Amino acid sequence: MRLGVFLLKRLLHSIFVLLGLSILIFIIARVMPGDPARLALGPRAPEWAVQRVRESMYLDKPLYAQYYYWLKDALHGDFGESLVTRRDVATDIKEFLPATMELVLFSGVIMAVFGILLGAISARYSNTWIDNVVRIGSYAGVVTPSFVFAVLFLLIFGYVLHILPSIGRISSGVARPPVITGLITIDGLFTGHFAAVLDALKHLIMPGVALALGGMSQEARITRSSMSDNLRKDYIAAERAQGIPERVINLKYLLKPSLIPTVSILGLDFAALLANAFLVELIFNWPGMSRYGINGMLRKDLNAIIAVIMVMGLVFIVVNILVDLIVAFLDPRIRLGAERSK
Amino acid sequence: MIAPLLEIKNLHVGFDIYGGHLKVLDGVTFAVGKGAKVGLVGETGCGKTTTMKSVMRILPIPPGRLTEGEIFFKESDLLRVNLKKVRGVKGKGISMIFQDPTAALNPVFTIGRQLMDVVKYSKGAGENQAKDTIKDRAINALKDVSMPDPERIMENYPIQLSGGMRQRVCIAMALVTGSELLIADEPTTSLDVTIQDQVLRLLGNLVEEKRNSTILITHSLGIVREWTDRVYVMYAGSMVEAAPTKGLFSNPLHPYTQGLMKAVPKLTGEGIAEGVPGRIPNYLNPPSGCRFHPRCPHVMRICEQERPPFFNAGSDHQVACFLYKE
Repeated sequence: MRLGVFLLKRLLHSIFVLLGLSILIFIIARVMPGDPARLALGPRAPEWAVQRVRESMYLDKPLYAQYYYWLKDALHGDFGESLVTRRDVATDIKEFLPATMELVLFSGVIMAVFGILLGAISARYSNTWIDNVVRIGSYAGVVTPSFVFAVLFLLIFGYVLHILPSIGRISSGVARPPVITGLITIDGLFTGHFAAVLDALKHLIMPGVALALGGMSQEARITRSSMSDNLRKDYIAAERAQGIPERVINLKYLLKPSLIPTVSILGLDFAALLANAFLVELIFNWPGMSRYGINGMLRKDLNAIIAVIMVMGLVFIVVNILVDLIVAFLDPRIRLGAERSK
Repeated sequence: MIAPLLEIKNLHVGFDIYGGHLKVLDGVTFAVGKGAKVGLVGETGCGKTTTMKSVMRILPIPPGRLTEGEIFFKESDLLRVNLKKVRGVKGKGISMIFQDPTAALNPVFTIGRQLMDVVKYSKGAGENQAKDTIKDRAINALKDVSMPDPERIMENYPIQLSGGMRQRVCIAMALVTGSELLIADEPTTSLDVTIQDQVLRLLGNLVEEKRNSTILITHSLGIVREWTDRVYVMYAGSMVEAAPTKGLFSNPLHPYTQGLMKAVPKLTGEGIAEGVPGRIPNYLNPPSGCRFHPRCPHVMRICEQERPPFFNAGSDHQVACFLYKE
């Protein structure tokens, strides 16, 4: 029940966020210079044809009217037609989104698991060489953009060592599993196409890790600092004084409160993953949303731009609701605080 | 004299900080007999808590550093045995109540979880007690500290309780293992004045009932007078006077103790109490000889050069001051 109220509140909240986002991106996309109809039809198309495209997209109407028509269609699930691919934007996104989601989720798992692990190890062995390696490494990880890692990996593992495939999601000789979610690894696991799973994982490693390193370093740093802060807290001393074994203190009484800031930051790091995925996808020729999005932006494909941004906004919102749920689960102060203010 | 339960001999503890080494504990010597109720008084920063944390082996090391000394609990030297063995002593042997119950309870676990883990991992109780037994013992511990509705409290998180209730939970945790020695480190400092008395009375009754030996650390001479049968007065990292409570209050010998007594405000309306002029010394560069000499009204030349040992001054009354050298 409490959970239901919380979710309902967040969903209502999200609707306003999405609405705001759509207005913002709608205006930005339209005030950029360039005539989308002319760009779509090319310089040699007759003026009357261009005019007809303009009218079909309501580009001759004032901005607020355009938004009204767009919103009305969008609420019915119609995001318009892409001027570049000449297909429904919704169809395009259905095709490209799974590849991006697979990459970003894979990266997210690496980021969370290894970030927390490295941070915990670093805190446990603080001020030893292990800690120093992790701290310096994570510093470098935070400041290096993910496309640098991507190019480096491509060069080392793909070009010089030839141990990992450098392009695409799956090798051409491997049969794709039937589409359920569109995520090859998940679909393969469900349907028993393990060769495809393995091949897809190989393809995922380089772009996934390149994308994850920044957020992972951030997570490691935050986990380390919150754990070493908490290690000095009275309750840890009290638990030690009561004779509770070190192992239980570390894995239970220290880890749980220390994970709260780590998980809170995860949501933000995930947003960074989505943004950085654009460049990483481009480098690995990953058939995801980036190529579609970038093409859309360069050619002023209005419907495509807005739809891509809205989908990313939606993913971001969902991830953050999940993060808030986990934080509330970890931290009774938040959970009970919300209950009290109700 | 029977062998004391806890005996600290010549304990030296310092802290390595940027810019030097703080010599905080400077030869602390201290003993608690079986069943005794001992008070430890001294102003903030004199090393009371550091001493007790050394006993519990929960002093953060580094920056803390033990340079010299021995701590005996029964027959085992707590500083020489390994941490695993110390864990056996903790909980079951010695337990501790901290100053601030809000900080001493883990904020993200329920009271029940924390209390039951203390029961579960206390050595001697058997680590494979049945779940129900553990729970029963935890609930009984809460009943012992007169918690209303202990079953519900078990499900609560620390933030759902008031300060006084939190401290009662801490007392329950310290007593649940049936430890022989209870260290209460200013158990009422962070509580409302109205609650302080309640909590102290409760603690007093429980200790009486369970016959624990107790060390009560406090600033309040009133509490010491009411509560303890022996008092140690600590100043700047060492004991300056040790005496039976009655003897100390009727005849305080050390100039610092005398100052402390004068610092107690009286209800007669004679203005602000006198107290001890000056401040606790800098541990980076402590005064030579007797650490109290810069503040002492009776300072002599020898005080600047030599550290006063304990002199016997009456029955069971020791004082570390050259004024009482025969």
